Amino acid sequence: MDFGLSPDQVLLQDTLTRMLAEQAPLERVRRYAEQNEDRAGDVWDATVELGLSGLVIEEAYGGAGLGLVEAALAAETLGAHVAPVPFIATGVVVPLALQEGGSEAQRDRWLPRLASGACIAGLALSEHSGAREDARIISEQDRLSGRALFTLDHAADAYLVADTVGALYLVEADAAGLTRIDLTTVDRSRRTGELCFNKTPAERLAGSDAALTRRCLDRARVLLAADTLGAAQHMLNAAVDYAKQREQFGRVIGSFQAVKHMCAEMAAALEPCRAMVWYAAYALEALPDEAHLTACHTKAHLSEVGKSVARTATEVHGGMGFTDLLGLHYWFKRIGLNRQLLGSPERLRHEAALAQGLVDGIGET
Amino acid sequence: MDLSLGPHYEEFRARVRGFLDAHAATAPRGILNLRAPETLAWQKTLIENGYAGRTIPREYGGYGAPADILEMRIIAEEFASAQIPQGLAGQGITMLIPTLLEFGTEAQREQFIAPTLRGELIWCQGYSEPNAGSDLASLKTHAVLDGDEWVINGQKIWTSTAHLADWMFCLVRTEPDKPKHEGISFLLLPMSTPGIEVRPLVTMTGDASFNEVFFTDVRVPAGQIIGRRGDGWKVANTLLGHERGMLGNPNLTLQRFNALVELMREETLDGSRLIDNPVWRERLMQIQGRMMALRANDLRLLSARANGATAPLAAMVVKLQGTELRHDLEGLAIDALGELGVLYRGSPLLRDSGYWQQHHMYFLGLIIGGGTSQIQKNIIAERGLGMPREPRAAGR
Repeated sequence: MDFGLSPDQVLLQDTLTRMLAEQAPLERVRRYAEQNEDRAGDVWDATVELGLSGLVIEEAYGGAGLGLVEAALAAETLGAHVAPVPFIATGVVVPLALQEGGSEAQRDRWLPRLASGACIAGLALSEHSGAREDARIISEQDRLSGRALFTLDHAADAYLVADTVGALYLVEADAAGLTRIDLTTVDRSRRTGELCFNKTPAERLAGSDAALTRRCLDRARVLLAADTLGAAQHMLNAAVDYAKQREQFGRVIGSFQAVKHMCAEMAAALEPCRAMVWYAAYALEALPDEAHLTACHTKAHLSEVGKSVARTATEVHGGMGFTDLLGLHYWFKRIGLNRQLLGSPERLRHEAALAQGLVDGIGET
Repeated sequence: MDLSLGPHYEEFRARVRGFLDAHAATAPRGILNLRAPETLAWQKTLIENGYAGRTIPREYGGYGAPADILEMRIIAEEFASAQIPQGLAGQGITMLIPTLLEFGTEAQREQFIAPTLRGELIWCQGYSEPNAGSDLASLKTHAVLDGDEWVINGQKIWTSTAHLADWMFCLVRTEPDKPKHEGISFLLLPMSTPGIEVRPLVTMTGDASFNEVFFTDVRVPAGQIIGRRGDGWKVANTLLGHERGMLGNPNLTLQRFNALVELMREETLDGSRLIDNPVWRERLMQIQGRMMALRANDLRLLSARANGATAPLAAMVVKLQGTELRHDLEGLAIDALGELGVLYRGSPLLRDSGYWQQHHMYFLGLIIGGGTSQIQKNIIAERGLGMPREPRAAGR
């Protein structure tokens, strides 16, 4: 039994951390956000160079062939740096969907381009985690119509889209009848948006079905939880550092028990989340019977703890925490967006209850 | 990352199950009655088979197996799921024996370990005092050497099983002129010694599980000390390390959660099952999410120990988070039961023998006892996050 990180996994996180500290310091994130850049090309290039775009792609297609635990560690590190690069869709969920549901021709065509970073793929699963407005995708003879809201990795060259029955399609960004609309969220470190399809030609993933769509959803949820873990850990670290150096009444504020206990409460809630994310990522691959339940609970729980840490860490910083100058709000907002994407905590806990046969007798034995 | 236990441990689990199956009909159930012949016989069977005193050397009456945390966990899990008690677990066995093995003289080990393990010698722990709770090292009960005897005066409180115990291990001040942590010694004394008075302390659950113990000129042979004069704090902290080392068994929380799910499936409100009410279901799922986080944290700690690694912060949060979760879990059942939830022992309509109320209150006791949640937060902040220590009050 080994439920800890291997030296290679630690090295992966350390390498990524060093790269992001150099290539994506807060000033770089700020420039991406304030100038409304479509893509942070320099950061993306460095990310590709480290192999993140091909992290889970089989070596035969130019990837590293690693698993979802490594993907979760990468997502955590990107969250810790509020990194302005796509990853969850283009680096993990879309390539895995292709590897499991794509025909040989589809894998040959897409996977090498995803691995090399030449193609960025977004993800549109909106109505499978609760549809807002009238969002839904209808397919008819490999043409899609309808709307998909809140894509992941929106600034993309292609999209993986689920229709109402859970079949998956690949659509080029410049396909006829596809209109892309940017949605401006509080989190400016990533892009999300809306896709409007009007009899848009799409390529059905040969082996896709509702079960694969469910797995895509669970994977994306665990990775969003991992992103929140990294962002929340950064906010806790920042709060502790600030409390150790900021002085009032002739003492560092970290010596006041009121402030110390705020920090201790954050740590007490957040530290078990690390193991929870590991477990959920591991379950996606190794424990198929538990994977959906743990994905729902992990994203719900991380969203709750993340929200509380984001608020408390901001408060520890006092007035400075409220300013744009300090930039702490980038992490606050990243956590805020993660919480709402692909299922709010309430929605996810409802799904967790459903998965256990606890809802109105459905599935009870 | 690999959560499978492998063939060695799966075989071990099968062996434990085989033992439990073979003894399912004859094993005692529920809480073991101290000193009862069937308890002592069960304890003997457990020791012989390596399920009690597993790592205690054979020369002291144990089973003599090497320490293996995964084997210990498997034993605990299987006994819990079979709902068969895993032998006696009083403070003599869980805390004093490890201390004797580390600090005791050969004569002390031979005198005390085997009968304690067999359940023939019951111990209580005399640490806390009315004015030395969270600040234990400020304890005032003192012992003065008079010839070859210690003479003890003072008072202890929160002393579990003092009314049943044969002996007490306790902390007393023997070096009043030294700084508070260096003036304490660790003594052993029979509870039958003249001058000891035990008064039961009834708690909010209605049970008298604690006592106050008063010492008036209690005389104890000078040799009944563990470690040297003034070393008591060090000896006790090693003991507390053993206590903190016990991670608890997260399967017990899982059993209570499953009982809560059953309760919500069976109980109705206006004719509808509670589980079908989205408000109650949501609260149930919130508890499950918190429980799953702590179960994963426990797995991380278990794996770290088995592999010789550490995860200090993950360990520091266990007591704080675990007791709060259990208190909330039991409290949710009370809320879900509405008026039925406040019924208590002896009442008609009472559910589950009143365990939900009892555990809800008992876990509030555990939130306070063994280092309050506030003390836990100080420890997490100071040792886990490196924040400044509490300033010492003037003159202390």
